[in-house]
Amino acid sequence: MKKDIILAGVGGQGILSIATCIGMTAVNAGLHLKQAEVHGMSQRGGDVHSNLRLSDKEIASDLIPQGKADMIISVEPMESLRYLPMLSPDGWLVTNTKPHVNIPNYPPVEDVINEIKSIPNHVALDANQIAMDLGLRRSANMVILGAASPYLGLDFKALENALSNIFKSKGEDVIQANIRALNTGREFAENYIKN
Amino acid sequence: MLLGDEAIAQGAIDSGLSGIYAYPGTPSTEIMQYVISSKEAQEKNIRSGWAANEKTAMEAALGMSYAGKRTMVCMKHVGLNVAADAFINSAITGANGGLVVVVADDPSMHSSQNEQDSRFYGKFAMIPAFEPSNQQEAYDMIRYSFVLSEKFEIPVLIRITTRLAHSRAGVERRKADPQNKIQLPGNPKQFILLPANARRQYRHLLDIQADFQEDADTSNFNQYFDGPDKSLGIVVCGIAYNYLMENFPDRNIPYPILKIGQYPITRPKMKKLYEECDEILVLEDGYPVVEELINSFFGLGKKVKGRMDGTLQRDGELNPNNVGKALGMTIPETRPIPDLVTARPPKLCKGCPHIYSYNALNEALNEYAKGRVFSDIGCYTLGALEPFDAINTCVDMGASITMAKGADDAGFTPAIAVIGDSTFTHSGITGLLDAVNDKSSITVVILDNATTAMTGGQQSSAFGKIEAICEAVGVEKDHIIVIDPSPKYHEMNMQSFKNEIEYTGVSVIIPRRECLVTVAKRLREEKKELEKSKV
Repeated sequence: MKKDIILAGVGGQGILSIATCIGMTAVNAGLHLKQAEVHGMSQRGGDVHSNLRLSDKEIASDLIPQGKADMIISVEPMESLRYLPMLSPDGWLVTNTKPHVNIPNYPPVEDVINEIKSIPNHVALDANQIAMDLGLRRSANMVILGAASPYLGLDFKALENALSNIFKSKGEDVIQANIRALNTGREFAENYIKN
Repeated sequence: MLLGDEAIAQGAIDSGLSGIYAYPGTPSTEIMQYVISSKEAQEKNIRSGWAANEKTAMEAALGMSYAGKRTMVCMKHVGLNVAADAFINSAITGANGGLVVVVADDPSMHSSQNEQDSRFYGKFAMIPAFEPSNQQEAYDMIRYSFVLSEKFEIPVLIRITTRLAHSRAGVERRKADPQNKIQLPGNPKQFILLPANARRQYRHLLDIQADFQEDADTSNFNQYFDGPDKSLGIVVCGIAYNYLMENFPDRNIPYPILKIGQYPITRPKMKKLYEECDEILVLEDGYPVVEELINSFFGLGKKVKGRMDGTLQRDGELNPNNVGKALGMTIPETRPIPDLVTARPPKLCKGCPHIYSYNALNEALNEYAKGRVFSDIGCYTLGALEPFDAINTCVDMGASITMAKGADDAGFTPAIAVIGDSTFTHSGITGLLDAVNDKSSITVVILDNATTAMTGGQQSSAFGKIEAICEAVGVEKDHIIVIDPSPKYHEMNMQSFKNEIEYTGVSVIIPRRECLVTVAKRLREEKKELEKSKV
C-alpha cells in the first residue's frame, strides 16, 4: 500500500489539519509516514502545499516525485491545478470549488472549474457551502477530507477515530460536528462518482 | 511523528541539555519553539527563550559550555553570519560542556536572502560537522554530537536544510542522559584569547584535526555501500540520500555509494570510491562543497559530475526529479500547469498595521523623488510588492538604518529606514547610534507590532523598550513619535511622516499596533486559560 498525497491551499486555510487527520490514521494503522510542510514566508496568504506520503514500506524522499502523486487534495480550486504535474495519470483530484480570491488577477471561476472537470478522476465540491448548510462554518476542511476519504486507502472508521482523538480537547460537540462534516463530504463524493 | 527541527530539540533534551539559545529564523525556529513548549524540558529546568540575535545566543551558549553544562544554539544560515565572530572563536577556545550549534540552511531560498551553505562555516572554523539525512538520524546525530563535543572539547556543527527541518517522520527516542554539574574548564587559560593563548589554542585546534578526521573515518554516519557496476560511484550528502533512494523503488542501486553524514569528509572511503569507479557523481544540497574538493582544479582527474559541470542545476534544492535526471532517468510526462493558474505571492494580512504605515509613508513621500526607503527583514518586506511598492532595499538584519545613513552621507536626503521592532533590537540599535553620532538626517520608522511576526509570533526583545532605547542612543525626545497605524488616523500619520522627514537630524517614528495574527493567538490562549480556570 502506498499513497502519495499533495495537499494544496492558500496560507491560513489550514491544510495541515487535514494532514494531521490522515497522518494519525496512517500511523495508527502501522503505516510509514512522511510529511513535508511549508512554514514561514509563504504562509502569508500565498500558495502553500504539503507532501504527505503513506506506505507499508519505508519511505525514502520527503518530496513526491513528479507524476507520482496518487491524489491532490485541495481546499481551493485554482490551487488544485498548480500541482497537476505531480499527479499520476490515474490519480485523483479532490478539491473545493469555493475560490479564495486574494489576488487581483484571479482567473474566471468557470474556467478554473472547467479545467478541474477535464481531469478524468476528480471530485469537485463547494465544501464551504456544504459546511454552512450543516451549520458548521468552520468544518469545510473536514468536508474535503470526507470527499477524499474513499480514495485514501484507509479505513473510514479509523479516520473517524483519529478525528475524534484530534478534537478531543474541544469537546464532544466539536467532535460530532466534524464527524458529520466528514460523512457528508464522503457521501457527496460517492454520489458524485455515481453521477 | 516529529519535524526534523523537533527531532533535534528532543535529541538535545535527551542529551542532558541544560540550556538552549536562539533567534527565530525560518527554517530553524521550531527547535526552540519545541523546547519552550516541552513539559519535559520545563520539568528538567532546561533554560529556553529567545535571544536578541544570533550572536548573543551563540555567546550565551558558549558561557554555559564554559560553566560545564551541555548547551545548544540554533539559527538559520544567515544567522550564522551574525554569530560568526563568536562561532569561529569558539573553535579556538574550545568547549567545556558539550556545545552544539544547529544551523538550518535554506536552499531554493523559500524564506531567505541567499542559499549559503553552512558546511563552509564548519570547515572555516575547523570543527566537526554533521548533516542528517532524516529525522531519526537528526535525533541520533544530536545525541552523538554532545558526546563528541565533550570528547574533543570542541563545538560541533549540525547542518540541516529546510526540507528536513519542516518534514515530519517517526522518531525513536533513546534513554536520556542526566545534565552535567557545573565544572570549570580544566585549562583556566583556554577561554582567554590573548594572542599568546590564542596561538596555543589554535595550534591545539590544528593538532586535533587528525582526531576529527579519524572519528569521521570510523563513523557510522559515513557509510560505504558497494555495488557491482563501477562505471559510476555516487557520493551523497545528507538528505540527498533520500532522493537517490527514491529513484530506485526496490532500493537496489547498482553503483557503489558513499553516504556522508559527518565531516570532515572521510578519506579512506572517498579514496576507495574514487579509485574503484570510472566516474563520480556528487549529490549534495547547497554549494558544491564535496564536489569542489574531489574535482581537480584543472579537471585533470576522473570525471566528477554534479552541480559544477551542469549535471545538476547550480542553484536551488535537490529533489527526486533533478537527482533522477542526473542519474540519466527519464521523468514521466505529466499534465502541465494550466495557463490560467496565476502566481499567488505572500502578502500582508488583511488589516495588518503595516498596510496603514505604508499608505501614510507613501503619501508623505509623494513630493520627493523615488527610491529613498531602505527596509529590512520581516513581514514588512512584503511592502516591496504591489500595491505598496513602498520600499527599495532589503539586505540583512539592521541594514535599513545604516544604508539610509550611508545614502544620506552621499547627499541623498531625506533617506528613510523602515525596520521592525524585533529586527531593531536584533541589529538596528548600533546603526542608530552611528546615525546619531554622525548627525545624519534620516527618519527611522520602527514598525512595532509587538512580536516577531514573520516566523510565527515569537516574543520580541524590543517589547516595551523602543522609545527608551532610542532616547538612550541619543535621538531627541521630541523626534521620537509614536503613531497608531490605523486607517482612521491616516491624515494625522501622514503629517507626522512629513514633519519628521523634513526635520534635519535623526528622527524616529514608531507606528505601534499589535500583529493581528498574534492578537488572535493571544485571545485564543486567554480563552483557553479562562476555560481551564473554570474547570
